[in-house]
Amino acid sequence: MSSAIKDTQKMIEEVLEAYPDKSKKDRAKHLAANDPTGQCSTCQVKSNVKSRPGVMTVRGCAYAGAKGVVWGPVKDQLTISHGPVGCGQYSWWARRNYYNGQTGIDTFGTMHITTDFQEKDIVYGGDKGLDAALHELKELFPLAKGMGILSECPVGLIGDDIEAVSKRVAKEFGIPIVPVRCEGFRGVSQSLGHHIANDTIRDYVLGKGVLEKTTPYDVALIGDYNIGGDAWASRKMLEEMGLRVIAQWTGDASVNELGIATKSKLNLIHCYRSMNYICRHMEEAYGIPWAEFNFFGPTKIYQSIRKIASYFDDTIKENAEKMIEKYKPEMDKVIEYYKARLEGKKVMLYVGGLRPRHTIGAYEDLGMEVVASGYEFGHNDDYKRTYPDMKEGAVIMDDATLYEMEEFTRRLRPDMVGSGIKEKYSYHKMGVPFRQMHSWDYSGPYHGFDGFPVFARDMDMTVNSPTWNLIRREK
Amino acid sequence: MKAMRIKDHNELFQEQEYLEQFARKREFEDPWPAEKVKEIAEWTKTEEYKELNFKRKNIKINPAKACQPLGAIFCSSGFAGTMPFVQGAQGCAAYFRSHLNRHFKEPFAAISTSMTEDAAVFGGLNNMLEGLENAYKLYSPKMIAVCTTCMAEVIGDDLNSYIRTAREKDLIPKDLPVPFAHTPSFVGSYLNGYDNMMKGILSSITPGKKGEPNGNINIIPGFDTYTGNYRELKRLLDIMDVKHTILADVSDIFDSPNTGEYKLYPGGTPLADAMDSINATATVALQRYSTAKTMDYIQKEWSQKVFVLPPIGIKNTDSFFEEISRVTGKTVPREIWDERGRAVDAMIDSHPYVHGKRFALVGDPDLLLGLISFIMEMGGVPVHIVCTNGDKTFEEEANRMLAESPFGSEAKVYAGKDMWHLRSLLFTEPVDLLIGNSYAKFLWRDTGTPLIRIGFPLFDRHHLHRYPVIGYQGVLNLVNWVVNTVLDEMDRKTINTTSFDVIR
Repeated sequence: MSSAIKDTQKMIEEVLEAYPDKSKKDRAKHLAANDPTGQCSTCQVKSNVKSRPGVMTVRGCAYAGAKGVVWGPVKDQLTISHGPVGCGQYSWWARRNYYNGQTGIDTFGTMHITTDFQEKDIVYGGDKGLDAALHELKELFPLAKGMGILSECPVGLIGDDIEAVSKRVAKEFGIPIVPVRCEGFRGVSQSLGHHIANDTIRDYVLGKGVLEKTTPYDVALIGDYNIGGDAWASRKMLEEMGLRVIAQWTGDASVNELGIATKSKLNLIHCYRSMNYICRHMEEAYGIPWAEFNFFGPTKIYQSIRKIASYFDDTIKENAEKMIEKYKPEMDKVIEYYKARLEGKKVMLYVGGLRPRHTIGAYEDLGMEVVASGYEFGHNDDYKRTYPDMKEGAVIMDDATLYEMEEFTRRLRPDMVGSGIKEKYSYHKMGVPFRQMHSWDYSGPYHGFDGFPVFARDMDMTVNSPTWNLIRREK
Repeated sequence: MKAMRIKDHNELFQEQEYLEQFARKREFEDPWPAEKVKEIAEWTKTEEYKELNFKRKNIKINPAKACQPLGAIFCSSGFAGTMPFVQGAQGCAAYFRSHLNRHFKEPFAAISTSMTEDAAVFGGLNNMLEGLENAYKLYSPKMIAVCTTCMAEVIGDDLNSYIRTAREKDLIPKDLPVPFAHTPSFVGSYLNGYDNMMKGILSSITPGKKGEPNGNINIIPGFDTYTGNYRELKRLLDIMDVKHTILADVSDIFDSPNTGEYKLYPGGTPLADAMDSINATATVALQRYSTAKTMDYIQKEWSQKVFVLPPIGIKNTDSFFEEISRVTGKTVPREIWDERGRAVDAMIDSHPYVHGKRFALVGDPDLLLGLISFIMEMGGVPVHIVCTNGDKTFEEEANRMLAESPFGSEAKVYAGKDMWHLRSLLFTEPVDLLIGNSYAKFLWRDTGTPLIRIGFPLFDRHHLHRYPVIGYQGVLNLVNWVVNTVLDEMDRKTINTTSFDVIR
């Protein structure tokens, strides 16, 4: 075992000292020193298991995964938060899944629609009210292409049958009405919510859309939620390669696109964690291959473009090379300017989905080093994809707590931290440069050739803001 | 090297190549014909649509309220060294924290017991026990304040016995205060959650503390998300030389100085002061609808005089000072009357731009009542008053107040309605100005009614919560926001006309 690994392991042990025995034993399995070779048996973290009560996990719930991530961005359906008012309120347009359309008329993405459960719904059940709610919505929003019923905790606990209501009303209306059993107590994090949402796409809308013709270049862009316009920046590149993006999931997605992805020749998946399920299903049921790719930072972008092109004929391959040639000078300029300002800076990441590994290359393009990374709701397959991308001895953390993040920051002294809104302001107080890496801190896009300059600009303003130097520390 | 010019989403997606991309994408969207979309869009502006919209009873669309536990953790965080603790599913605590982070741009700590399917079957005892042990060990709180999510409420967790068990098993110290409140999300809103938690805390930490009267006035601000209000309140009471205890003082929790150190417990009302609040001369609430149960408890159990005195607008602030002066025997000093004079002077100077202006308002009940009063004092005309978490009592109180002024004659109060109702109203009966939270910006976009951001949450403008809306200084801030919104709008509308004046 190398000394880098040993040093990190020692540091982790020190941090764990504060925990009561049971939690210490548990948390020890989720924190590790990285071994890129995969040979060190103690360097693998355990993941996708229950969070310990009381430790202040950063994680959310199945509803957050199903409504907030997968179904929420589908623009032309009415997404109903079924249950008490809070869940829909707190997740209201919080992820910036940009879309085109006229809100309230033919698209509904920035609306918060809820059955607003009252005590009587808990006592007598909410099915009758739900049925009536769907009818009221149909009258007010005649252009809705579908409705999604996203269950909150009480719905599952009181034994409502939202599937029966959906089936009946869908038949009456002639549009898909999708019951999504994503009660927040199910599973251990957002992750099960993604899976449940994928399954409902499969069961209620997949294969049901309208597409007049197909071409050999048809692809579906999957697992891009168009945060700050990410999917649009990605789509631009795919189109420039000569591919035809017939479906975009689920950022700026229409119900129709959820239906027609089965006609694609290749499913391109960006956020593996939240949408691998449906890609595997389409592979099994429709024989559609799928490919993971990474559009963060030029190095990964070039690799990914070539990988995607390899599935197609020479025309596409040539287009891919031409595109790289066209954009490389611009990317080099961005790197030249920002690398001078960011080289050698250390980054600590703690995010969700794909970012803890996918953004590493973009930081490295700027000369920065990711010294710690972790997932809120990753699984073993995420970590397996991460180990080789990080240096030996880097900290890997699964389901980190506020306490652990603070301690690791103190010891690793990163030059910037990328994490979420709940972490952001404690880092501001610590005087540690911080960037939200879920929402891009209201910036973006970060994907693709149009996104990388924005990413570089934002990391620079984070690390090099003069405001950090104004802090007068208490002695 | 010269800085690079980088385009982000604000500019990129208005560029021609993206507009073309968007047009191409429509081929796969199976879109409605543009004429159909236009037809429906126009229809949603009609009286017919409004009637349909107001007929709905089973669905809320863009409601202006959130659930009980948010109010509960907000309340408990204002007690020094207190860790808000949420018994239930973990996503709730994550959501509450994010919501408060986004409004205040401040960190906020809260514990969840991460209840999952097994807790749904067997109850949340084990989660509570491990949660209390871990929270105490890791975060060293002086008090842990427990509230519930709807999950714990539906399965009927027995908080009292769970906490007792934790003490018996020595997972937390015997003398650590662990007050609790049941805060079901399917009853009321954060206003009730605040009230329930406040009553839970006071009724837990004050028994046995009855002693000599301390001559203090207790102030309960309620679910007040303006940190500027707390600082203003303390300033004013200090000027008046009124000894006071704020229950609970969240100002340093949501507006702490940057010292290069993250403090988990950056301030709040000292627990000793909170315990001694039972010995105060009187308790004054600054909100009615988030303190009803607590005030009832204080009056009955502590036998204290209780007052509800929301100091928003001139008359309300006058009443506040008169009553405080009467109860404490302290005179209102010249300094405060000068502030009153300056606020009134500002209102007089700006009145021509507000007089007769028609307002729509959406928000929480107490804030709305204060704003209505202020608007009518300036000669403004409240027209649509939407209060999603308002009840019959609020409706009656608002109507009583509106009836007292000739400027209130056009107003209609909509308790329990939401911002989609308000959208209809703004189309069928347009007004000049809209007051609401950040989500009201969608109404501004759809109807063109200029928005003045007052309320909660305020996500898309920074620092507004640092400015008080209470007291005479608060009046100045309100005048500033209202009149300058009118003037900004006037400039926008007259930009290419001779009316584009430089002196106003």
